[in-house]
Amino acid sequence: MRAIGRATLALLAVIGQLAIFTGQTLSHLVRPPLYPREIGAALFQIGWSSLPVVGLTALFTGGALALQIYAGGARFSAEAVVPQIVAIGMVRELGPVLVGLMIAARVTSSIAAEIATMKVTEQIDALVTLSTDPMKYLTLPRVLAATLAMPVLVGVGDLIGILGGYLVGTGRLGFNPTTYIRNTMDFLEFHDVLSSLVKGAVFGFIAALIGCWYGMTSGRGAMGVGRATKGAVVAAAVLILAANFLLTEAFFST
Amino acid sequence: MIELTGVEKSFGDNHVLRGIDLTVERGTSLVVIGGSGTGKSVLLKCILGLIPPDRGVITVDGQDVATGDRDAFLARFGMLFQGSALFDSLPVWQNVAFRLLRGALRRPRGEAREIAIEKLRRVGLGAEVADRLPGELSGGMQKRVGLARAIAADPPIIFFDEPTAGLDPILARVINDLIREIVVDMKATAITITHDMGSVRAIADRVAMLHGGRLRWTGTRAEMDDTADPYVTQFIHGSATGPIETLR
Ligand SMILES: Nc1ncnc2c1ncn2[C@@H]1O[C@H](COP(=O)(O)OP(=O)(O)OP(=O)(O)O)[C@@H](O)[C@H]1O
Ligand SMILES: [Mg+2]
Repeated sequence: MRAIGRATLALLAVIGQLAIFTGQTLSHLVRPPLYPREIGAALFQIGWSSLPVVGLTALFTGGALALQIYAGGARFSAEAVVPQIVAIGMVRELGPVLVGLMIAARVTSSIAAEIATMKVTEQIDALVTLSTDPMKYLTLPRVLAATLAMPVLVGVGDLIGILGGYLVGTGRLGFNPTTYIRNTMDFLEFHDVLSSLVKGAVFGFIAALIGCWYGMTSGRGAMGVGRATKGAVVAAAVLILAANFLLTEAFFST
Repeated sequence: MIELTGVEKSFGDNHVLRGIDLTVERGTSLVVIGGSGTGKSVLLKCILGLIPPDRGVITVDGQDVATGDRDAFLARFGMLFQGSALFDSLPVWQNVAFRLLRGALRRPRGEAREIAIEKLRRVGLGAEVADRLPGELSGGMQKRVGLARAIAADPPIIFFDEPTAGLDPILARVINDLIREIVVDMKATAITITHDMGSVRAIADRVAMLHGGRLRWTGTRAEMDDTADPYVTQFIHGSATGPIETLR
């Protein structure tokens, strides 16, 4: 009983600290100077460099999805729904979630490790003594870049996932190319695409913020860096999945 | 003037500073000596406000370190960290010119680069290292880049944490002369931590010895040579026997 109480208190304390950290990060948005150079570098690192892994993930998933829906649909003679279900499945759920998890693996880990190393080697202290706020110089550019880049990455992932479905559908399952595309386009609604991009922005925000937070609060030494990195990836992945549930609920429950 | 009164700092049950009272007059060079792990680096970080002390007051020219405009406060400081603490994603010259490339002391890029190269020259590094990354330099070179960064904006107060550690005797001499020059010519206030008694003699106006969480002894450089304090004499002669316990 007491253990549960203590754990709850600890959890509340962490949530409080994270909330303060988030507030501080966002407050730098409206307090000049911003560091455009840092934001640009972060956009490149997080956005552009993630394209290959996002593309590959989406391509294979879209293809597998088409095969599954075809096989499942065949059980009640509904093979024809492949284009529609692939589109909905990719855009509403798989695109944002898979890209989000890939970003947690790729971006959250590297942010956490980089910032934790900077902390351990006194680079964060050095920043402060050089009159540069680490939150403004390190955290904000990364969080901003991830939040802006992720909707684009998710959009690309959605498209490539649908392309994967299309390739399998027309190449292996005998769909007519024109019909496949028309069915996809007719079925998708603006609402679906919007939900996908909003999810992307939220997941990007979470991925970068959690990476920075674990980095900044890292313990000392190489072990501290390792712990921070592992903790950041796990926390970001779980939070992304939880946020996905809440956003799906908000967008699609009637 | 830097003034510390009753400064205490513990990490868990490790009582590092147990009540430090210290005054450093403007334009003087104080050298802090003391055994490894006695809290010398922590002391500097407390003055800079990087580590909040548990108790006590620290003021610089009457301004409390913990309150007021931090940016304006820190703009007056230069700090060489014990581990250099260079930004490993930035080339050497951008490390040195970091302060000159952003914020209140911002200069045009070309000018900042020139200043950086000039400061590198003063610590014995040629212009060819300017575009290298810190990771490509030796430890002693990194230390000197850190030193160039600390003095880049000509701050009136400079802290050096073991500036000559890891340098050969000739370079150590160059660095000692540089620190002396900064204090004398530019009337800067300097606090230097060192284990090198040659450095102490070369740069100190005053010497303070940290032991057991307190300032065991303070005095001028001349007084240090004449003192009868067994702790200080053991330290400056580097003898293994004496009141300072070593684990063997
Ligand atoms: N951030 C920190 N967290 C916990 N303990 C710390 C921290 N910084 C320093 N310490 C502890 O404080 C004590 C003093 O450390 P400090 O780095 O000031 O020693 P020092 O006198 O500079 O030693 P050296 O001459 O070896 O550099 C050490 O026991 C160290 O473990
Ligand atoms: Mg030290």
